[in-house]
Amino acid sequence: MALLSKATSLALVQNVHRLVGLPNGFPPPEAPPAPRVRLRAPGTRSAEHVDVAVIGAGPAGSAAALIAARAGLKVLLLERGEYPGAKNVSGAAFYGSAIMDELIPRWWEQAPVERYLSRRVLAFMAPETSVALDFRSARFAEPPYNGVAILRPKFDRWFADQAVAAGAFLLNAAVVDDVLWEDGRVAGVRVRRDGGDIRADVVIACDGANSLIAKKAGLQRQFHAHEMSLGVKEVLALDEATIRERFQLSGNDGMAVEYIGSITEEVSGGAFLYTNRNTLSLGIIGQISSLAQHKRRPYELLEGFKAHPAVAPLVRGGTVREYSAHIIPEAGWNMLPKLATGGMMVAGDAAALCFVAGLYLEGINYAILSGIAAGETAIAAYHEQDFSAASLARYETALKARHVLGDFHGYRHAPAMVNSERLQNLYPAVIAHAAEQIFRVRGEPKQKIGPIALEALRQHKVAPVELIQDMLNAGRSFGW
Amino acid sequence: MVTTLEERMRTVRFRVDDRPHILVNAGICKDCSVRACVYVCPANLFVPLDDGGILFNYEECFECGTCYIACDKEGAIQWSYPRGGYGVTFREA
Ligand SMILES: Cc1cc2nc3c(=O)[nH]c(=O)nc-3n(C[C@H](O)[C@H](O)[C@H](O)COP(=O)(O)OP(=O)(O)OC[C@H]3O[C@@H](n4cnc5c(N)ncnc54)[C@H](O)[C@@H]3O)c2cc1C
Ligand code: SF4
Ligand code: SF4
Repeated sequence: MALLSKATSLALVQNVHRLVGLPNGFPPPEAPPAPRVRLRAPGTRSAEHVDVAVIGAGPAGSAAALIAARAGLKVLLLERGEYPGAKNVSGAAFYGSAIMDELIPRWWEQAPVERYLSRRVLAFMAPETSVALDFRSARFAEPPYNGVAILRPKFDRWFADQAVAAGAFLLNAAVVDDVLWEDGRVAGVRVRRDGGDIRADVVIACDGANSLIAKKAGLQRQFHAHEMSLGVKEVLALDEATIRERFQLSGNDGMAVEYIGSITEEVSGGAFLYTNRNTLSLGIIGQISSLAQHKRRPYELLEGFKAHPAVAPLVRGGTVREYSAHIIPEAGWNMLPKLATGGMMVAGDAAALCFVAGLYLEGINYAILSGIAAGETAIAAYHEQDFSAASLARYETALKARHVLGDFHGYRHAPAMVNSERLQNLYPAVIAHAAEQIFRVRGEPKQKIGPIALEALRQHKVAPVELIQDMLNAGRSFGW
Repeated sequence: MVTTLEERMRTVRFRVDDRPHILVNAGICKDCSVRACVYVCPANLFVPLDDGGILFNYEECFECGTCYIACDKEGAIQWSYPRGGYGVTFREA
């Protein structure tokens, strides 16, 4: 992992402090931030000025900052955590290796990557049984790798360091409370500190799923509880040899499992399990409205997931290293905010650009893609010195060019479909039931699969009309 | 082997700010029968009281936002982030 030397990072810290008028040495490395520090000397009238202020050093923010800083713009990256990643939670299977390779060639050689995901499993869960689709590809185990397992506190720190190496200024422990307005357009950010106003030609809000900033700027509405899911996660310590043996992996190969069906009992949601180098990441995801409706506590569902007969042997002996929780925007296309206005753009989860549909949970790659698109739009606007709403509206074109909007539009029916009662609980149970009948040996004449499937559908009271409707729906959501 | 929530919470590092970043309006909660916050909070920070009120402690909060998204009573939860550098700090997540 190519970290900056202590001397370089200290110089950078001092640069940031000059830029925003902080005393040198703040915050001391690894030490808590001193409260009430001024961003500029008291009594001075004009706030500090940067070309681009990026709010949030997650994957969207670091990508935007890196792109803009590389083009020579003066970029300030503001992060409320003690360090980038300190507040962030993902599974995490990162499927954006090829995109990252464009930004930082052969990035996997220097980044904190846990394992290369050459094995992907989709498991349909019923209370005591499960059916799984197990996919392995040798090609997924070769550079540039299809997907890799990462841990966000480590990955985000590394990625933000790349933005810093490209010339961006990173300010940790800085909460942005609002944007500044001038002549009807966004003209900067308000950091929660005395004199914390910073002027910027372009503000890029990359502040994540719970984007208070996009709402304050009037670009996003309030969310409904059915549009958001909560993920709770554990990292379990397990030694490397056990992980390889238990998951049938060689070297640094890894495995990603998505669980759908009744794994979250009556709650709409799913579960995941990813192998890291010497830990496992696993968790459950539940739609917030559904958790509330069924009065289910997320950590109890997590415990139930770990106790399922198909999961318990995989996690046996693992000790909890860390428990965490974070929300996920689930409604995709139906909750996209206004993406840009004069002086401001929104990227990543803050723009609800998180792709969630049963077997897919991809947010990091879309965050990076949208961060790049926003960064490129800021560069174009900077060269023309035109930061109007019309100029920044090109962000949408850039998102289309990178297939981001196309993907979300194409799958716009998927979230509702995936969260429907029948897809959540009924069909996985039918599949598991049919599989049990197919494999059960009773010493009676062997039944053919057709009648078994029909019987399973009948027992679970699936009406033929509903089945056809659902198949058409699934086709429309995923197939064409 | 069952892990309790208390054991889980002990694995998380919090730098507690002396000012709460979330305020819960007890007056509004008294009239709420849904109690969504009690179930959805991943840190179990909303505790129903015998007198019908809600006891809330902000100290071990993940800053996830689930409570205010789940609560449908206007003004019951006043929600923001803790000061920079305070609150939860994940190391592995
Ligand atoms: C349980 C779970 C599992 C997931 N699994 C996967 C997976 O396997 N693969 C995948 O691709 N995606 C996954 N996702 C989705 C993924 O985590 C998100 O899509 C991704 O993090 C979005 O990146 P972002 O940069 O837009 O936002 P974030 O990563 O949320 O970053 C936002 C940043 O902004 C900072 N910030 C917020 N507000 C402010 C403020 N006011 N001032 C200053 N800083 C601020 C935050 O501290 C944070 O660093 C998962 C999500 C969850 C919750
Ligand atoms: S916070 Fe909201 S959901 Fe919880 S008790 Fe109060 S009003 Fe009800
Ligand atoms: S923000 Fe999340 S962890 Fe904090 S009180 Fe609300 S639900 Fe609980």
